[in-house]
Amino acid sequence: MGGQGDTGATAQGGTGQLHGGAGQGGAGQGGAGQGGAGNAIEVRALRKSFGRTVALDGLDLTVRGGEVHAFLGPNGAGKTTTIRILLGLLAKDGGEAVLLGGDPWRDAVALHARLAYVPGDVTLWPGLTGGEIIDLLGRLRGPRTGIDPRRRQELTERFDFDPAKKARAYSKGNRQKVALIAALASDAELLILDEPTSGLDPLMEAAFRECVNDERHEGRTILLSSHILAEAEALADRVTIIREGRAVETGTLAEMRHLTRESVDAELARPARLDGLAGVHDLHVDGTRIRCQVDHAVLNDVLARLTEAGVRSLTCRPPTLEELFLRHYSTERATAGASR
Amino acid sequence: MTTSRAAWTPRAGGALAGTGELTRLAVRRDRIALPAAVYVIVALVAGTAYSFRKLYPTQAGRAALAATGESNPALRFLYGRLDGDSLGSLTTWRYGIWAAIFTALMAIFVVVRHTRADEEAGRLELMGSAAVGRDAPLTAGLLPAAAASLVIAGLLWLVLPLAHLPAAGSAALALGIGGCGLAFTGITAVAAQLASTARGARGIALGALGAAFALRGVGDAAGAGGPSWLSWASPLGWVQLARPFAAERWWVLGLHLAVFAAGLALAFRLAAHRDHGAGLLPDRAGRPAASRWLSGPSGLAWRLQRGALAGWAFGFAATFAASGAAAKGVGQLFGTSSALQRAFTRIGGQTAIVNAYLAGLMLLAGMVAAAFATSAVLRLRAEETSGRAEPVLATAVSRVRWGLSHLAVAVGGSALLLAVAGLATGLGYGLRTGSPGPEAARMLGAAMAQLPATLLVAGVAIVLVGWWPGGAVAGAWTAVGAVVAISLFGAALQLSHWGLDISPFTHVPKLPGAAVTLRTTGTPLIVLSLAALALAAAGLVGLRRRDIG
Repeated sequence: MGGQGDTGATAQGGTGQLHGGAGQGGAGQGGAGQGGAGNAIEVRALRKSFGRTVALDGLDLTVRGGEVHAFLGPNGAGKTTTIRILLGLLAKDGGEAVLLGGDPWRDAVALHARLAYVPGDVTLWPGLTGGEIIDLLGRLRGPRTGIDPRRRQELTERFDFDPAKKARAYSKGNRQKVALIAALASDAELLILDEPTSGLDPLMEAAFRECVNDERHEGRTILLSSHILAEAEALADRVTIIREGRAVETGTLAEMRHLTRESVDAELARPARLDGLAGVHDLHVDGTRIRCQVDHAVLNDVLARLTEAGVRSLTCRPPTLEELFLRHYSTERATAGASR
Repeated sequence: MTTSRAAWTPRAGGALAGTGELTRLAVRRDRIALPAAVYVIVALVAGTAYSFRKLYPTQAGRAALAATGESNPALRFLYGRLDGDSLGSLTTWRYGIWAAIFTALMAIFVVVRHTRADEEAGRLELMGSAAVGRDAPLTAGLLPAAAASLVIAGLLWLVLPLAHLPAAGSAALALGIGGCGLAFTGITAVAAQLASTARGARGIALGALGAAFALRGVGDAAGAGGPSWLSWASPLGWVQLARPFAAERWWVLGLHLAVFAAGLALAFRLAAHRDHGAGLLPDRAGRPAASRWLSGPSGLAWRLQRGALAGWAFGFAATFAASGAAAKGVGQLFGTSSALQRAFTRIGGQTAIVNAYLAGLMLLAGMVAAAFATSAVLRLRAEETSGRAEPVLATAVSRVRWGLSHLAVAVGGSALLLAVAGLATGLGYGLRTGSPGPEAARMLGAAMAQLPATLLVAGVAIVLVGWWPGGAVAGAWTAVGAVVAISLFGAALQLSHWGLDISPFTHVPKLPGAAVTLRTTGTPLIVLSLAALALAAAGLVGLRRRDIG
């Protein structure tokens, strides 16, 4: 474990840079944070340890009212711990957390009446039927956010769910549907979904995306914790990526892309020279074919050189979220490896 | 490549391939519980034989005990029939059926644990995907229970003659007790194919055991004039119908083996004709929507615990009605041993003996109700560790309200159990003495006097759940065990007053019998109630402060 300290230190260095960049990109976010009123979730420098394990190490997270916010990170990054603190199940060790304008620990009961939660690993009471559990969870939330029977019926059909079976007979996907229907059929202002599609088949995943889009149009706020990047890319207005208990990037997908590189793939009339240029990475030259990653700042210069050489075909595409995410993690791993 | 090819080669043994490994795994998982069960059962029977020899040294004393046992239908219901008045016959009477019940219980739990419970949890699937024959998991699941039954029979066969019992009778009693274990191994094997859950399989097998007890109970209690043939319909009845120590009828013992063989044959047939994970009895569909009762945490807690509570209440009613009915003859029963008689006349003659017996029953009811209350409180912890508390606490339900919902079941449930115990004892005794009404009322009061002490024991559980959740289950059951040990054996072990005072039951007035005044009866009950309330409050404070999950 001698490398652990090195990894942490380098990761922090790298994080600082990227995070600083993200801050510029999300200037509007800072403003909203100061205003405060429009934000459903405001987390600043949140800390939580379990014994010697540090789960959250100064996490920042802002979810604006009415947006779908994806909360991304690999397993063990601290997503579920954050959510549990926001639900008042765990006490924070330090930092600030504000949920719907209240203190998640002190005002838990009043706040819970305004939100619905889908846990990542849904365990149910084996002797109760799925339908009973959906109704029960709705009633426990209170009359204000209870279950709308018409919506419950509609969701049951949409998810192709049999509510008359005992929970012990449900597969993982069906258990997930119980929690999803109970949350989506409610009238809550805020939905907190912790990896809601794990265990769902692709058809049901599509049904889930439709539902989230419907909710967005009704003006609900959704915090969607996930490690499925395609899902976040398709649904989220803004994204926060966390690693080892800290937010390493946050902003809209466009902002995050703006800060990073474009993939350029060009077929030219004559060979062109790009290798001297700062801001060009992963350059592959194969005769007249050029592939590379280009920083936004120098994109114009690169295009100029390419047109000079005569462009026959050109694809220039922003990185997918997956590429962003992986590059982020692999860079840090590479730097950590190098420093070791 | 060689390894993967080796895995493809069918192994010798075909359908039974891998049985050895699976059995070793099963035995390893049971390496503590199974020897402990075997030891307790053998020690129980052998200890009874030995102590009867000390308590009833004379033929006259034994004859009087046998006469009492035979003339009291309630005792015949509980212990069965008596053939003769030898030490062996008395041992067979007192613990023959009960040792057979314990052996059958051991078989039921061990078989379900290694068959349906493994299948339900998905462990069997993992093993089934390895190079394991089709019949191997069921075979391996049955072997530990069958082997333990045989070990019990073998040990009793060896040990009983050491307590100076005749060899032939010892063999018949030993084989009868072990045979019941085998018979219920076979019955449970079938139950594990019928139900699709471990809970359901245990329910079926325990139901069969209950029916076997009731059939032979009614048959034995009926005597010559009634339907005594009912005892022949019960594997438990066969233990005494083989007449150990009184002209043994050896062929009766073959019936156990026949049930075992038939159960095995049927179970393997059923197992071959069903899908993995499925049972032959279909899962019943439930309500597609919740009724209006299931609307808050209390409705949920009640729904989760009502099945268990109904089972406990039924057990309480049957046990205490029979024990109460046996109270009438209890004076004579003690009178048959001169040593016991001297001890009991010292406390105050016939009425005092009956009252002391009834008060002892109420103490027992209080302690067993404390076990129920503890399990009801620990349900909070089980809900938490299984992740089922999280969705509830993420709704508008405060932690205190959630905690109180299960505490309410613990308090209400143990009050109900004690009321059942009091009423059943009073009715059982009163119907035999001709005054059921007054006896039921008197015993109801005596039973309810146990409630504060019962709740105080369960209070330990809620304090632990609040402040030391990791150790709550072990700690709470240790507290129950300590209280039971102190209350039952403390006086015999000559514990100091300080030691005896640890158990709250030491402070409960001994009812019926003790004089009822505000000072002697009211004060301790009020103090115990306040202490229980304080523990509950302390536990809830802890629950509010700590992390959940």
